[in-house]
Formats: sequence, structure tokens, C-alpha cells
Amino acid sequence: MAFLAPLFAVTALAQSPTNIFAPAATPAHSIFGLSMLVLSVTFGIFLVVGGLLLYALIRYRHRPSDSDHEPAQIYGSNQIELSWTVIPILIVVMLFLTTTRVILRTEAIPKPDNTMDVTVIGHQFWWEYRYPKLGIVTANELHIPTSDKANPKPTYLTMSSADVSHSFWVPRLAGKMDVIPNRVNTMWIDPPDVGLYLGQCAQYCGTQHAKMLLRVYAQSPEDFAAWASQQQKPAQQDFTGNPTAAAGQTVFMHNACINCHTVKGTVATGRFGPDLTHLASRDTIAAGAVQNNPENLRRWIDDPNTMKPGSLMPAMHLNDHDLDLITAYLTQLH
Amino acid sequence: MATPVLEAIDQTQAPPQGPPRPNVIYTWLTTVDHKKIGLMYIAYALVFLLVGGVEAILMRIQLAVPNNHFISPQVFNQLFTMHGTTMVFFVGMPILFGFGNYLVPLMIGARDMAFPRLNAFSFWVSAFAGLLLYFSYFGASGLYAAGSAPDVGWFAYAPLTAKVFSPGHSTDYWTLAVFLSGVGSIGTALNIVTTILCMRCKGMKMSRMPLLPWLYLVMASLVFVAVSPLTAAQIMLTLDRYIGSHFFDTQAGGSAVLWMHFFWIFGHPEVYVLVLPAFAFVNEIVPVFSRKAMFGYPAMVAASVSIGFISLSVWAHHMFTVGLGAAGNTFFVFATMVISVPTGIKIFNWLATIWGGKIIFATPMIFCVAFLFQFLIAGLTGIMLSAAPFDWQLGNSYFVVAHFHYVLVGSILFALFGAFYYWYPKVTGKMMSETLGKWHFWLFLIGFHLTFDFMHVPGLLGMPRRIYTYEAGRGWGGWNFIVGVGAIFQAAGLLIFCYNLVRSYYRGKEAGHDPWDAWTLEWAVPSPPPVYNFAIEPTVNSRRPLWDLKHPEDPDSDYE
Repeated sequence: MAFLAPLFAVTALAQSPTNIFAPAATPAHSIFGLSMLVLSVTFGIFLVVGGLLLYALIRYRHRPSDSDHEPAQIYGSNQIELSWTVIPILIVVMLFLTTTRVILRTEAIPKPDNTMDVTVIGHQFWWEYRYPKLGIVTANELHIPTSDKANPKPTYLTMSSADVSHSFWVPRLAGKMDVIPNRVNTMWIDPPDVGLYLGQCAQYCGTQHAKMLLRVYAQSPEDFAAWASQQQKPAQQDFTGNPTAAAGQTVFMHNACINCHTVKGTVATGRFGPDLTHLASRDTIAAGAVQNNPENLRRWIDDPNTMKPGSLMPAMHLNDHDLDLITAYLTQLH
Repeated sequence: MATPVLEAIDQTQAPPQGPPRPNVIYTWLTTVDHKKIGLMYIAYALVFLLVGGVEAILMRIQLAVPNNHFISPQVFNQLFTMHGTTMVFFVGMPILFGFGNYLVPLMIGARDMAFPRLNAFSFWVSAFAGLLLYFSYFGASGLYAAGSAPDVGWFAYAPLTAKVFSPGHSTDYWTLAVFLSGVGSIGTALNIVTTILCMRCKGMKMSRMPLLPWLYLVMASLVFVAVSPLTAAQIMLTLDRYIGSHFFDTQAGGSAVLWMHFFWIFGHPEVYVLVLPAFAFVNEIVPVFSRKAMFGYPAMVAASVSIGFISLSVWAHHMFTVGLGAAGNTFFVFATMVISVPTGIKIFNWLATIWGGKIIFATPMIFCVAFLFQFLIAGLTGIMLSAAPFDWQLGNSYFVVAHFHYVLVGSILFALFGAFYYWYPKVTGKMMSETLGKWHFWLFLIGFHLTFDFMHVPGLLGMPRRIYTYEAGRGWGGWNFIVGVGAIFQAAGLLIFCYNLVRSYYRGKEAGHDPWDAWTLEWAVPSPPPVYNFAIEPTVNSRRPLWDLKHPEDPDSDYE
């Protein structure tokens, strides 16, 4: 750890959007505080014990000048052994009490009334977000309002899974919480600052576990309200003046797309894949794997396996013309 | 004070060799000799160590740079599943059972294990399990043509293992292999416990038993308690997959968390099953190369036994992120932190043993010295992980991977290498090359630190484990590259070690009975020991019978 300690220090300064030492919400701050204490205690222990070990190894090495006699045989010492039992116990008690305080502060505080509630549902290999109070369903990009001390508005996540176990981990906001089928877990986050916070699924969930990315957009209350009112609208259906998109809508509604995807206000009511009602308002597709632009979208619809092998969306074997039409339609779903 | 009674052990003589065996393979296949079985365990584990190592290197190449396309996600997922399963069940367990098989009867003055036939059965069942696991590469596609090797991760969390998420037979191969390995492990554990409790030579009270058999006693007892639930869970999983039971089937009211409990009530004691024998090797090697008796023998025994008990109450620290609630998490934080107390006692006792000694830095000892530092660090990162909120960040990240490789490689494998160099002369009658040993040590040490020190960092920067690739913008790239470079150094060290094993057998110096001037009973018999070990049952008066013999003027028996 003589080696590890500088590494920890470097890490704290490292440029990474997912650095656990750059907390941006209360749960992550509490953990950060605890981690600094634990790191300094363990580093202190390392210095003392490692130092003694190193000293003994050098001081008591066999030298050519040594006599042939065996060294004095010492079988033990009750006083010394008692001391190196009691001191660690005291350290353990101290660390335990501090840890317990952080656990209680994060897991056992009552839920306030004014929270933003979001239901998180893990899927192989994407995230579904439902805002029950607002009537919004979206996917992969979680929008939440910021929460400052004067006007706290923490976001409560109620989490479950539609298939296998996942884990919700956005390191700068909070520790991870597993998202487990047939079980409901909760956690909360309250970033005071506007920003995009990244993370990803942290429990192995199958072939594309690696590309089940998390994007949390913390927005000012005004921006969040604007986003929410847009998301509450049904999908655009009137494409007069855009015949390509209109034709694309027809192709979409007459293909298997509607078995898995919902486009609110249309016949597409599938629940297996992400809700596409406002697909064009998102920055990314494929659970954060690629940017949401017409080119990527077309490639994705053509064959998702070229971008995310193992994705559960099948290649639809559409001809080039239909691909162009569907892409034109989906890019209009603002 | 009279000269201690040490009849017999110094009088053992090998009888004249019988007629040459017609068929060497036949003798090895049918043997019930604990030494031959021990060696087969070790050889078999070394083969799997190389296989698991190749799997690790393939994964490190894939992760060396962001967005790499060296191997597909399907293959990557199979690789980490096979790597974990192989290293735990088909390297760690068998190699440690191998050393136990070889050494325990020799060190307690017995002629064989208590149940020689059970011993052979356990070995062959475990060996078959390993082959079965790897046969999945050819046989698991089944009629579905889906999947080949298992890809559910070594802890195979439900319900990813359910038929609907894991079609084909890959998971079945995993389940059966782990089940059979469990049967073999329980058989050997039963054998070790019985041997130690019932077959010690005259005068060897429990309080005079060397620490190695003591630690194997605790380890084998843990195997009973810990491996049985896992073995049972494999049957439950198979019932789920084939006759529609719902233990872990979440879509029909089953519980994913139940599997986690079954797995980790095995999984955490398993860590101690693997590390206690490593402690055992260090307990034998450090005193001999410091030329001092083990400091605080009773405390070492007490610490080992209490680690055994406490390790049964810490499993849910693998589940801090499952949402067990504040009360559950708090309990497991406490249990986990408490285990650092007996573990600390061990480190302090080793420190006190070398204190005031005349330390000889032969190859077995330098591996143990590295063990001491690396195990200390592994313990300290373990304390970080035991603080549940810190674990909410670190759990399932590369920090955890680095932490447990500090235990499995930095502690257990280093101690094992020390044990190889230490007991090889006893097994073969030849010394291993010290020069090659030093090359092995330094290459492996550099490789180990490049890989596993730097592996902590991407974890702290939010990199989860078990991802086959990652984006460039996360700041993980450079760290993973260094980690990969370290793997090459480790591979080089390992190859030198294998070469040394073979070369020394033919070209090594003659070792004689007791090349290290050691104190326990195995050094009283010829190298290699005769089939029957001891011609006459030895009698001991202290923990170090050969010390008593060499120093009749100052025997240990006066102080115990």
C-alpha cells in the first residue's frame, strides 16, 4: 500500500465522469466522508505494521558474520498478545459505530412528502423509467429535478426488474442498489447541481451487461417541468408536410415493431422494449451505447447486433426503403 | 531433564525395492496412497491453473484498450465464468487438498489418510468434474445450438440461470461440475478431519500438533458446513430447470435473493477454506527460515478456530447492495469487521516470530515475505469493503476484483509457491533451482503488483466488473493497459516455475532427509518418503520433535 496510497491520491484527481471521489449528491457525500476515515485508518495501520515488518526483516536478516547458534527461542508473551488483540478491537468498534451512522443516515431516514418519485425497471439490457405522479414513461435517460438545501426535492427510486438481476450505479450520486426481480428496492438521490451524471449496470445480467448504461440528467426545476410537460404529451401523429415520416409511421405500425414498443396514442402498445413516444428527445439510443442520430438509428433498426451483439431486439430484415421511412418517422418523435 | 523419547522416527529405513511395476499408469490410476493422490491433485490443479491463466490473459487483452473487438461479448462472458469457476473449484481447492493429502499424514506421524479408498474416490470425482466443465465447450449446445461454455458468471446468480434466460445445456454443465466437485471436496474434508482427529502418533496431543494440520482441521470442517449448501443448491437449480420447481424462479414466486444466500454461505467461508492452508504453509516456513519457534502457538490455534466460526456469519457482506435493510447490513458489517481481529493476531504473531530471528531469504521464505505484505494489504482493503456504505460504491467494481485477487494471488498463490519450493525436496528428493526460483519470484512479484495494484483504480473510477468493453471517455483505458502488461510478467514467472519443477526433477541437487534443517516429522523420513511413511510409529514429546532431537540440551518439551 506504500504503492497503493499514491494511487488513491491520483484517483481522487483523475478525470472521470464516474469517479467515486467526486460526490455530487448527499448519499455519495456521506459515503465519501466515511471512505476518507476508513482510508486514513487503514493507511495508518499499514504504516505501523508494514514498517515493523520491514524493520524486522532487515534488522534480523542472517549475516555471514553470525555465529552458528540458533537464536533465542521465544514461545509467546501474554502481555504483548493481549495488547495486539485489544487495540484492533478498539479500532473495529470505532469503525463499526461510524459505519452504522452512515448506514442509518442513508437507509433508515423517513421519506419526506415532497419527493419526485420514479419507478425504475431493469430489463436485459436497458432501463425503463416511469413517473407515476406525472404519467410519464421513458427509457434509458433519467431526468430529475435538482434539489438544493433551501428547497429540497429529493428523487426516490423504487426499483424492480422485469427479468434478471441488475444494479443501479451512478457513482457521483449514490452507492449502487441492486434491481432484483420479484423484489422492490428503494434508494434516493438529490444532486444540487445541474448536470449529466453517468453510470451503468453493476450486476452481471447477460450478454450485453457492458452496454446497459445509465444517464441521469439533473435539471433546474423549470427545465425539468418543461421536459415533463413535453413528455406527458402523446406522440406526434400528424405528419402533413412530411410524407416520408407519414409513410414511416405506416410501415412502423404494420410491422412487428408494435409488439414490443409503445408509441403513446397509437396502436403500438408493446411493453417488451423501450417506450418510443418521445424517442427523438433523447441524446442516445441502445441504452446509452451510441448517439441518437438518423445514421445510428437506421443502423440499429437494420440489425441491432452490429452495434450491440446479444441485444434482444431482432434484426427486422426491412428493405432499404422501409428502413429510410421508419428512421424518418422515429426522428420526428420529439 | 532426560533426553526426550524419540524412538523410531530416526530409525526408519526403506526396504529393498520390490520388482519393477509392469505399468506405471496402472499404479497411478489405482493408487490409494495419500502421497500419490496428493501429487495427482497438485498436477491436475497446475494444468487448470495454466488454463485459467490463459483465460485471464485473453480477457486482459480484450480490456487493454477501450472499445476493443478482440473477442465477442459472448466469448468474454464465457471466459470470466470459466476463469472464476476453474480457479476456485479446479485450482484452489484441489491444489490445497493435494498439499493436505501429502503433508497431513506425514506431519502427524500417520501411515496414510483414514479412508484411503474414499480419498481416491474424491480425487477422481473432482477430476471428472473439471473435465465435465470443459467438455461444455463441445457438448453444451445440445439441441438448441445455443451457447457452449457456461456464461452465467462464477456465482451464477438466479434467475439468469433459469431455463428461459439460459437455454441449452451450458448452465447444466456448470451445475453438474460444481456439484461433483462439491461431492469430492466433502469426501476429502471428511477424510482430513478424521485423519487429524484419530490418527495422530503417540504423544501428539492436539496441543502438540503442528499448525499445518490444525489449520487443515479448521479448513476441512468449514468445507462440510460451507460446501454442503452450495451442493444442495445445485440440485435445487437443476430441479428448477428441469421439473418446474420454483426455488429461484422469480417469475413464479421464487427468490433470486435465496440463491445469493445459498451461494455466499458457501462463497465466503470458501475464501477461508482457501486461505487457511496458505496460513498453514506460512506457519511452517516462516519459523524454519527465521530459525525460531512459532510465537504464540496457542493464540494462533485460537485465532484459526475463531476465524473458522466467524467466517460462517459474514456471508451477506457480499450482499450489501441487495437491499437487506439497515439492521441486516449493520449486523454483517460488525461480523465482518470482527474477523479482522483474529486475522490481525496472525499477522502480529508472524511478525513476532521473525523478530529476533536469523532470517534466511531462500526462495520459500521470500515468497512468504511477499505474502505477509500482500496479505496485510488485502486485509486492509477488506476493511474498506466491510464498511457497508463504502461497499455500496466499491462492490461489484474492479476494486473488489483487485481486492480478492490480492487474497487469491497475492496471498494464497504466493504462499503456495513458497510451499512448492519448501516441500519439493521432500517429494522428489531433489532441490529446486534457487536461481530460477529468484527469477520466478521477481517476475511474478512485478507482474502481480502491476496488475493488481493498478486494478484498484478503475474500480474507484466507477468501472464495474464483468463488462467486455467500455467507452473511451470514462478514464479507465490507461489503467487497464497497465493491468494487462502485468499479466504478461506473471505468465513469464509462471512458465519459469513450471520449467523449474521439471528441470529440478532431473538435474536438481540431492536434497537428503532434511535440507532446511526443519523441525516437523515429515523431515525425519527419507525423501521421497517410502509408501508406508514411517517404519515404526513415532513418538513425540513436543510440537517440534526434530528440534528436540537436534538440541537434546534444550528441548521444546521443557517449555510447553
